[in-house]
Amino acid sequence: MTPRQRLWLFAVAAAGLIACYLWAFAGLPGFGNYPGPYGPAILKHVIAQTNATGAVSAVNFSYRGFDTVGEEFILFTAAAGMSVVLRRLRGERKSESSPAEDATKRQVPATSSAVRIVSLLLVGPTALIGWWLATHAQTNPSGGFQGGVILATAFFLVYLSGEFIAFRRLSPIAVLDVAEAVGAGGFAAVGVTAVALSLPYLFNYLPLGTIPGAVSSSGTIVLISFLVGIEVAAAFILIIGELLEQTLLRRAGSS
Amino acid sequence: MTPNAVMDILQVTVLVLVAAGATLVVRTRDRVRLVLVLSVYGMLLAILFFTFQAPDVSLSELAVGAIALPLILLLAIAKVRKPQ
Repeated sequence: MTPRQRLWLFAVAAAGLIACYLWAFAGLPGFGNYPGPYGPAILKHVIAQTNATGAVSAVNFSYRGFDTVGEEFILFTAAAGMSVVLRRLRGERKSESSPAEDATKRQVPATSSAVRIVSLLLVGPTALIGWWLATHAQTNPSGGFQGGVILATAFFLVYLSGEFIAFRRLSPIAVLDVAEAVGAGGFAAVGVTAVALSLPYLFNYLPLGTIPGAVSSSGTIVLISFLVGIEVAAAFILIIGELLEQTLLRRAGSS
Repeated sequence: MTPNAVMDILQVTVLVLVAAGATLVVRTRDRVRLVLVLSVYGMLLAILFFTFQAPDVSLSELAVGAIALPLILLLAIAKVRKPQ
């Protein structure tokens, strides 16, 4: 194919794409106009049905909770796969020269005291915000996913302050594995418990509380959000921890 | 100015910033710098979602796009980089 023919092919394809795109664009509902019946219906009934003022969390963890179980297990599987690939088995032979080996020979500048102090100061507030987000899904648009990632960030800050040993002592792999399993399994177990009570899977069977938006309100929504928070935090610490172990523990050993 | 007009201006501004940020991400060649630009871009996306009234998505984007993803990428680069 000559460059000229290729250009013609591209011109035809681009014209077709632009035409289809504009056609689809013309059929969109107006900016900010949501035409579906689902949103208004949820907003009308969410507080009466779940006692949760965080409507998004109610959708995530109750109305379409089954979907969220799937998402949760995507992350669980990713973390498990990462561990399987990266975790070095005892007695496994090292190759002659791998990129990871090269990384260990690199000169590493020492962490500046400004970074150490700032990250140490941020550990507490970050952990608090993560915990708060993971446990307040029923009152505001937070939830376990966001809270879990931010909670995991608190552990990375410990590492960033130059304390890999402290990072590992705070988050031993055995504890992380258990936390991840408890988080993911707990979510599924909450759903199965509903089936055991002859209710639909993931039915909100816990008492909903009396005050909408109180921390103790909304039954299974707050419980599931908390479990998701544990799972996500553990999965992220596990993934990053494995990567750190690969690049940094041996670097420390070689110096 | 009415609150609606302020919101419109804010939304358009953030949309333009996101478009510029995305271009910058694609144009950046140096890998480490790319990760930092990507992190800023994640931050911009979080602001975008917030101005479009999706605070929950904004929080997720902030945590994943601005923190977790750049961190994983940086570690991966540190792992494969050759000694100088």
